Amino acid sequence: MHKCDPQSQVSPAHSSCCAPAPIFALVDGNSFYCSCERVFNPSLINQPVIVLSNNDGCVISRTDEAKAIGIKMGDPLHLIGDSIKRHRVRVYSSNYALYGDMSARMMATLAQFTPELEVYSIDEAFLSLGGFAGRDLTDYAREIRRVVRRDTGIPTAIGIGPTKVLAKVANRAAKKNKVSGGVLNLCDRAVQDSVLAEFAAADVWGIGARSAAKLARMGVTTAMQLRDADANAVRKLLTIVGQRIVLELRGQSCLALEMVQEDRKQIVSSKSFGRPVYKLDELKEALANYATRACEKLRRQKSACHTLSVFVQTNRFKDGPQYYNSGTITFGAGTASTVRMIAAANGVLENIFRDGIEYKKAGVILSDLRPASAVAFSLFDDQHKHAQDIKAMSVMDAINARMGRDTLKVGACGASAKPSWSMNASKASTPLVPAWIMKANMRTKCYTTRWQDLLKVGS
Amino acid sequence: MPRKSRNSTVEPARAAKSRAVKTNVHLPFFGCSVSCGFPSPADDYIEKKLDLNEYLIDKPAATFFVRVSGDSMIGAGIHPDDLLIVDRSKEPKNKSIVLAIVNGDFTVKRYMARGGKIILKAENPAHADIAIVDGMQFEVVGVCTNVIHNLK
Repeated sequence: MHKCDPQSQVSPAHSSCCAPAPIFALVDGNSFYCSCERVFNPSLINQPVIVLSNNDGCVISRTDEAKAIGIKMGDPLHLIGDSIKRHRVRVYSSNYALYGDMSARMMATLAQFTPELEVYSIDEAFLSLGGFAGRDLTDYAREIRRVVRRDTGIPTAIGIGPTKVLAKVANRAAKKNKVSGGVLNLCDRAVQDSVLAEFAAADVWGIGARSAAKLARMGVTTAMQLRDADANAVRKLLTIVGQRIVLELRGQSCLALEMVQEDRKQIVSSKSFGRPVYKLDELKEALANYATRACEKLRRQKSACHTLSVFVQTNRFKDGPQYYNSGTITFGAGTASTVRMIAAANGVLENIFRDGIEYKKAGVILSDLRPASAVAFSLFDDQHKHAQDIKAMSVMDAINARMGRDTLKVGACGASAKPSWSMNASKASTPLVPAWIMKANMRTKCYTTRWQDLLKVGS
Repeated sequence: MPRKSRNSTVEPARAAKSRAVKTNVHLPFFGCSVSCGFPSPADDYIEKKLDLNEYLIDKPAATFFVRVSGDSMIGAGIHPDDLLIVDRSKEPKNKSIVLAIVNGDFTVKRYMARGGKIILKAENPAHADIAIVDGMQFEVVGVCTNVIHNLK
């Protein structure tokens, strides 16, 4: 799931002799999505809970209780129906609005404990504890855990180490070892030895399944063996990324905290449909919505897109005619305009669409992203139109930021996914649900981001 | 949610130029109408606008809003459908009004701690108090710091 970033140098990132030796803590939320659900529904405490991926496909988060009855990450929902019934597992669709808000709360709480924080994923952050060498770091981490649990309701595990890779190892070991109380400090060499000897090389951060297989052929199966392997031999096998992992396991910090996220080089927006889609108009509407999301991301990172690809495909796992096709269009002058993007996507779609096919998935890929400030115009580009587009989009973004997503949208996106403020209007008439909308039959409310969804508590 | 100030004002023309629209800039309300005449003597005293978030919330990351149902706390001025502001970071003191979990349900009550015993007290004679005893699932979620009651 997580890969080492290969961009930093092999040379130690903290070689300066006057700076304190780096110490990293990796904090992550236990069964994060399930824990978010528990915060707002206490009847889930101590019960098996799972959260499903988009379209209610497979398990992406499970509590210890669900794990204990044999539910695995990635299990498709339709294969575990029996065990869900037998053990009364509580099943939820993913509610990213809620998880995103709870994540922001967790990160804000963590930020009180360190001057430097790297948000690594929705439920993980690296903290720099280099300046805290005088303190008992295990105690400090326990205090961090206690406060995050108190302020947000989210239980966490914390791993501490002189490098990011060791902090990751420590975090994983802390979770497995119930005695640790959720905190493990791997700064001590003797502790490192005992933990690494028991730790599979395949579980080390940055070692994927294929790398693990290569290492196994070399006779390396534990993290300890990987640490003590010849770094150059590992480099030959796994490139510089592998060598860096070896050095990190030895306690030599190569990966520094990255506090600023790099802009994306490519933006993909695609989803499987809730049910089969046959019509061109339906596909257009779906693509208009995906293009809208992609362009929002594009504008957030202040980029302009020069190449748009559109793809459509059938369900590979179903009998019947199979079809996959994609098409690409390039923009002379880069654009971040939702209106232009949707028009372009429609054009491409018309070229690749075939009648009588049961479509399962479609998407847009925005690539060749460059800074929006550096868009170059040719003689034939309408610069005035371009400036108008930018103005219109920023007004749309501002309104949507204040009033809620999709308050204002391009007409091609369809009117059926109703904006949040039209509550009263929609009560009168049942809203039409377009086919391409994701399945999310078991989604909880947006308790923290919508006034009409606030948690109700008895008094 | 209160974490991001809701009353940020975005001026479209300026937003179009900078395109970085996530601001918390509170544009002051100018004391003078736009005219060519004599400026208002109050213009030197423009301050930022009052922000209710600032008044009501100490720790945004730990603060949650909930909606009340039931009338067991009516004596404390908490009515059905009122909005409660709950700060999870605050430890309850004796007589704090708290949001608690008791046996799988949320409840709002007055927290009474005396002689090692905890009682969740209702503020309505029609409702019984809850005495916390061993074997109960019990947790104080947070302290209710404010109630927002709509007078309409």
